[in-house]
Amino acid sequence: MGRYVVRRLLQMIPVFAGATLLIFLMVNVMGDPIAGLCGERRCDPATAARLRAEFGLDKPVWQQYLTYMGNVFTGDFGTAFNGQEVTELMSTAFPVTLRLTLIAILFEVVIGITLGVVTGLRRGRPVDTGVLLFTLVVISVPTFVTGLLLQLLLGVKWGWIRPSVSSEAPLDELLLPGLVLASVSLAYVTRLTRTSIAENRRSDYVRTAVAKGLPRRRVVTRHLLRNSLIPVVTFIGADVGFLMGGAIVTERIFNIHGVGYQLYQGILRQNTQTVVGFVTVLVLVFLVANLVVDLLYAVLDPRIRYV
Amino acid sequence: MRGATHARWAVCAVAVALAATACGGGSGSGGTGAVLSASWGDPQNPLEPANTNEVQGGKVLDMIFRGLKRYDPETGEAKDMLAERIETSDSQNYTVTVKDGWTFSNGEKVTARSFVDAWNYGANLKNNQRNAYFFGYIEGYDEVHPEDGGEQRADTLSGLKVVDERTFTVRLSQKFSGFPDTLGYNAFAPLPRAFFDDHDAWVRKPVGNGPYLVDSYARGSQMSLRTWADYPGPDKARNGGVDLKVYTDNNTAYTDLMAGNLDLVDDVPAAQLKNVGNDLGDRYLSTPAGIIQTLAFPYYDENWNRPGMEKVRRGLSMAIDRKQITDTIFRKTRTPATDWTSPVLGEDGGFKADLCGEACAYRPEEAKRLIAEGGGLPGGRVTLTYNADTGSHREWVDAVCNSINNALDDERACTGNPVGTFADFRNQITRQRMTGPFRAGWQMDYPLIQNFLQPLYYTNASSNDGKWSDKEFDDLVDRANQETDVTRAVGLFQQAEEVVRDRMAAIPLWYQNGSAGWSERLSDVRLNPFSVPVYDQIKVS
Repeated sequence: MGRYVVRRLLQMIPVFAGATLLIFLMVNVMGDPIAGLCGERRCDPATAARLRAEFGLDKPVWQQYLTYMGNVFTGDFGTAFNGQEVTELMSTAFPVTLRLTLIAILFEVVIGITLGVVTGLRRGRPVDTGVLLFTLVVISVPTFVTGLLLQLLLGVKWGWIRPSVSSEAPLDELLLPGLVLASVSLAYVTRLTRTSIAENRRSDYVRTAVAKGLPRRRVVTRHLLRNSLIPVVTFIGADVGFLMGGAIVTERIFNIHGVGYQLYQGILRQNTQTVVGFVTVLVLVFLVANLVVDLLYAVLDPRIRYV
Repeated sequence: MRGATHARWAVCAVAVALAATACGGGSGSGGTGAVLSASWGDPQNPLEPANTNEVQGGKVLDMIFRGLKRYDPETGEAKDMLAERIETSDSQNYTVTVKDGWTFSNGEKVTARSFVDAWNYGANLKNNQRNAYFFGYIEGYDEVHPEDGGEQRADTLSGLKVVDERTFTVRLSQKFSGFPDTLGYNAFAPLPRAFFDDHDAWVRKPVGNGPYLVDSYARGSQMSLRTWADYPGPDKARNGGVDLKVYTDNNTAYTDLMAGNLDLVDDVPAAQLKNVGNDLGDRYLSTPAGIIQTLAFPYYDENWNRPGMEKVRRGLSMAIDRKQITDTIFRKTRTPATDWTSPVLGEDGGFKADLCGEACAYRPEEAKRLIAEGGGLPGGRVTLTYNADTGSHREWVDAVCNSINNALDDERACTGNPVGTFADFRNQITRQRMTGPFRAGWQMDYPLIQNFLQPLYYTNASSNDGKWSDKEFDDLVDRANQETDVTRAVGLFQQAEEVVRDRMAAIPLWYQNGSAGWSERLSDVRLNPFSVPVYDQIKVS
């Protein structure tokens, strides 16, 4: 187990280097960002040259990348164009997005798995058909439509919630954005769980468990659910990274100043330091989440062993 | 993605219309001390006076600073604020006397030195100030800010001298009679010693001499400004303060206004314009701002610079149905342009409603004839380059192209060429990569006709992106700048503008309005000619 984890961690290094290099190159291909800093006029050449030197843009790309990576390992992610340290931006943005992601994951786990188990056990009944239909609708309607509709209905028409999230982004204000963010994944989790449960219901070990007289509750939670969760956990694990980076739309609708907002602004202003810094952290989140998922397999299914 | 945006707006529109009847106002309590909340955008550059060149940072500077002059929110006229008098006998040497009794909000006195230090800081190349060129008229600028990449030879402008505590002199490198009127621009604001002594702390929480204090500033999300009780100026704030909230999307800000979560939105999204009457009634305002949109041409491309092309450019101008586009796409929040300045200048300031005349009227037949006479479009077609990330540029560029195509009876004569980001767009322009007309927007820095002509059309001027050059125009501008009599100076600028018209250096499209919507708590909301709300005059009930 220990050796496995170490091996996985070592594998992360080339993935990390490759991913950051790709992003670095992609942002650089977009061209010189200094031109956009002076509004509808040409930056005077002297100031532009100084700004380029300040942000290290006057050096060749490979040198920029090496300097950048060197700085990253000392915890220095550079400075955004508005003079703020990227680490400072991260320290405000990541907690917000993390809260939002946790709420979304919580919705996925609680509502998604519950609905999945209920429908899986009652296949073909009206509950099952109803939920299936409902998830189909959720999957087919894009996030921004659900988001804007709920925002306008609950926030403006009925006045139950604030349509936008304040800058502190407390948990209660993030409930609706979290639900919206989770909606599509939630529907997938429901469907995955349902199929998996329905399949395993007919397996031998479940029949054995029922035959030896275990209470139904114990059969479902201990035997059926635990074995049916492997594909669901894989999905949710990959979703953590996806939700954190993919919250751009949701964060824009509800005016949440998180990772999506910073990335959006960084891309618009072609701010290499911001974009690469945030994506680097997201890459790390992805890698760690994947590792955790793989380790969870062993917990869920004792037959899986890592050596 | 584009289809998606449309769908979103449509949903938005429907839902807002449904919601309109259920919308309540904010709370009714509170006196003059009440605080209002207003929409904001994250400033692009650090919040320093000489480093802020866009409207979001400008909003804050306008609240926390007062300069020698201030532009009247109503008329745009430059009126003395901190200046007791600005005297000159030759339009080149100026003596400035600062009024007594002004202090910064930290108690420090505003003296002649506060100005001289601030201007020296702004001009100094070492400080990377984006607005440094504003000090370019002052003698010694090329020594502290050598533009050709040469070595910096001085740290301070030789043209600035402190005489005594309240007096300083300014020597310009050339005659410029309009100079005092430019001093209302934010770049010329005075700075306290705290700015130089502990710069990082100052940028985190700016200290100025305006009617508001920065109470707290969470960068990227919110700035709370409170009324400064001891503000010595005549324009004391009539409310308790302003909370500026950063919105990524102006649609969200508008939704928040509808829900009673926000008091003031100063940029009503284009998609909501058709609902605004129902939603807000008379709590909506759209007034002319000093912004003009034009199409500029790449004169460095010989296709556009050969003789006869002025006819083609004139023809293109006459092929654009400005009125239809402003009516349908912009719902009358833009006005078809009939000159190269802006109505906010007023007749006396140099705005002349019919200066463009025929050349800006929609005459499809004549347009076709003129373009043919001029030798036709280069290669038989024309592409309009624009940035597609902000504004509703795509919509109007497509409309302009349709209009040109219809006039020329050629489906493929004109096409749009979107560029992903503003930075890339500017980059391609500065590298002279344009092969056809491109979008050029101009927001004035100060309400002078000079500001609409010289930076845009003077040979090698800072915003002359198309590299247009005309000796007659340059001479007229030089003469106008030296003219001490305002009326005669304006007359000369208008003559210069006629040169722009006759050569059709750029096609004027339309004047842009500023817009604002507000909650029932507010009254006396107005926009100044820079399309920024006059926060200090807003009353909160």
